[in-house]
Amino acid sequence: MAQVEMRPPIESGCPDGFQYMHPMMRKNYGRWKWHDHPRPGVLRHVAHSGDTIWTVKAGTQRILDLFTLRKLTGIAKSHADGYIHFTLRSNIEFMVTEEDRVQPLIDELEGNGYIVGGTANSVAMISHTQGWLHCDIPGTDASGVVKSMMDELIDEFRNCNMPNRVHITTSCCQINCGGQGDIAINIQHTKPPRIDHTKVGNVCERPSVVARCPVAAIRPAMVDGKPSLEVDEKKCICCGACFPPCPPMQINDAEYSQLAIWVGGNHSNARSKPTFQKLVAAGIPNNPPRWPEATAIVKNILAQYKEGAKDWERINDWIERIGWPRFFEVTGLPFTKYHVDNWRGARNSLNASTHIRF
Amino acid sequence: MADNKHYDTPMLDELENGPWPSFITGIKNLRDNHPKDEIRSMTNGLLGQLEHSYETRKGYWKGGTISVFGYGGGIIPRFSEVASSFPESKEFHTIRVQPPAGNFYTADMLEQLADSWEKYGSGLVTFHGQTGNIMFIGTDNKQFQHFFDEINDYGWDLGGAGPCVRTGMSCVGAARCEQSCASEHAIHRHLMNNFTDDVHRPALPYKFKFKVSGCPNDCQNAIERADFAVIGTWRDEMIVDQDEVKAYVKAKGREHVIDNVTSRCPTAALTLNDDDTLTVDNSNCVRCMHCLNVMPKALTPGNDKGVTILIGGKRTLKIGDLMGTVLVPFMKLETEEDYERIVEMAEEIIDFWAENGLEHERCGEMIERIGLVNFIEGIGVDVDPNMISSPRQCSYVRMDGWDEEAEKWFARQREAKQAS
Repeated sequence: MAQVEMRPPIESGCPDGFQYMHPMMRKNYGRWKWHDHPRPGVLRHVAHSGDTIWTVKAGTQRILDLFTLRKLTGIAKSHADGYIHFTLRSNIEFMVTEEDRVQPLIDELEGNGYIVGGTANSVAMISHTQGWLHCDIPGTDASGVVKSMMDELIDEFRNCNMPNRVHITTSCCQINCGGQGDIAINIQHTKPPRIDHTKVGNVCERPSVVARCPVAAIRPAMVDGKPSLEVDEKKCICCGACFPPCPPMQINDAEYSQLAIWVGGNHSNARSKPTFQKLVAAGIPNNPPRWPEATAIVKNILAQYKEGAKDWERINDWIERIGWPRFFEVTGLPFTKYHVDNWRGARNSLNASTHIRF
Repeated sequence: MADNKHYDTPMLDELENGPWPSFITGIKNLRDNHPKDEIRSMTNGLLGQLEHSYETRKGYWKGGTISVFGYGGGIIPRFSEVASSFPESKEFHTIRVQPPAGNFYTADMLEQLADSWEKYGSGLVTFHGQTGNIMFIGTDNKQFQHFFDEINDYGWDLGGAGPCVRTGMSCVGAARCEQSCASEHAIHRHLMNNFTDDVHRPALPYKFKFKVSGCPNDCQNAIERADFAVIGTWRDEMIVDQDEVKAYVKAKGREHVIDNVTSRCPTAALTLNDDDTLTVDNSNCVRCMHCLNVMPKALTPGNDKGVTILIGGKRTLKIGDLMGTVLVPFMKLETEEDYERIVEMAEEIIDFWAENGLEHERCGEMIERIGLVNFIEGIGVDVDPNMISSPRQCSYVRMDGWDEEAEKWFARQREAKQAS
């Protein structure tokens, strides 16, 4: 470190957001009365005081370069009083207090290539992980998958034609930083790690690698006189958990790391209790730069959902109503032995009734 | 370095096609048009390595351990495994910075951050990573300390990385949402800033996340993803504006309202009356939010607001997905004492987990291993029927403490009655 004098950090923690909050939001904090949705990408919130604020939401490329960031701050300054809010899914929101400023703001955003939408019954921006751009354990890219997929789903982002909102996520490994979604596209490794025994002893803290394995498939071993690790390949579930603490246990593979698609994750408590996503498709090639196979399956699921679901049903609500056999029928996806859970608690997912649709 | 040869990127070039904004175009713009040599060079190396990943379908970053002076974590170190081919981005660390509660910014503040990042980084930034941080992506060993010092001086602090309390997340909430039942902002900052030391110095079994959603729609995905989820709710009657109900019925028709509002109520707590008013059986309402979502003008949360706290949500590693479990069905959060109480509860939980959790074991996994009863006894919380979906089904349990436990229940009931 070239620095001469080191100074202790100022441990200020999480900053107070009020200092950056639009004054109309500050003024009416906790006193909003109702909202509506004048058009896709726009929300109107009305306070008990009668104050009104319009929000315009836009999708971006998420990995922002400084030119783009400054373009967005410039739009905020010239059209939205200089205030910006970001959503959980990395969408940018601008707020205005006069209705006649909404359209010029939309025009400015769209004129600069940003996509206005993402509200109400749309397919929201796909939340994603870092992928090959920056992660140390990625089985695929994330930004590229999302860019490719959003190109195809753009009309679903800027319109609100779905039965309810659709959240899509991608994760470039099964640790699943990308999150749950109505549809989740995650990498699935299908072969045990390949071990470079010349490096394990020097690079890995072996007990902690052994401890991480969820199925106790990893054991200490001596290989060619050197301390290493071995994997019981019959037990191994190819989760990849050993790879982060021990990179010589390579899990990523150009051919055998494939994409899998999961559906029905719904974090809201609305109607039913929150649900985790369930496996529907696997063995999808990890096929850069456009991943067309994964996108085709996602589009097919979305089309069936749009066709078959009732108003307000999320994907999990729709499948719950029509049943899983019908889901596989309408989507044409194969149902295999891999869809039957065999992990702990698996019996809870089996059908102990005659509730069967014919 | 101005004449630095560009790496060919035929596969990445494909990602510049199509209508959605392209991150590749953004990175190329830095590479081609940024006035700083370092930024042009670093983004060139990044594109070269990324293209290599696309060609070989593998990642080439490895981690390490670096942090700013005085902290143990908060930076994601990245060293390239293919630095001999792409030396310009051989060090490419990400700085995690805690955003303001609710993710509010001014353009001026963002520009100030951009100016600092321009001095010391690659020019790439994300608002926000899935853990909630602002991600300043790509700086080297020489620069990260300077960048941190500069932004730290004007009010920003690092977020968590590694086995520590992670950066918190909260929804837009009371700032712009009529469904907010809490001051997400205040909860977020009270909890996070009490654990600042645990954010910066990773010494816990594994990560611990706080997330705050102002209502059960849970826009922050807290129940599924937070070790400590705070969800706004209310316990008195939902507020019904009957004129707005009538207006909605008139606009949409009775069939629509029956199909989309009353029939969708998970506990059959709604009745659409013959005069187009709505009756709510509040004692059976589970505050799921569905009807409020459909008719936001007519229906709003009650006045007696507070929060539900759920513990132990997480994703896959190591034992599979776990939802958070209800720990406190309802807690008022109005006075300073209320906030002290929630902070103390979080301290009890983190202390207990730090002592009893195994290496790399999330709080929810520890609860799974030791049982919820041992956990709540460990942190001093009484058992409550709201903690379960159903009582035990398995009869294999030793129950010789039954009478004392039953008496505890009746004593608590008497106490609650006297207090009310």
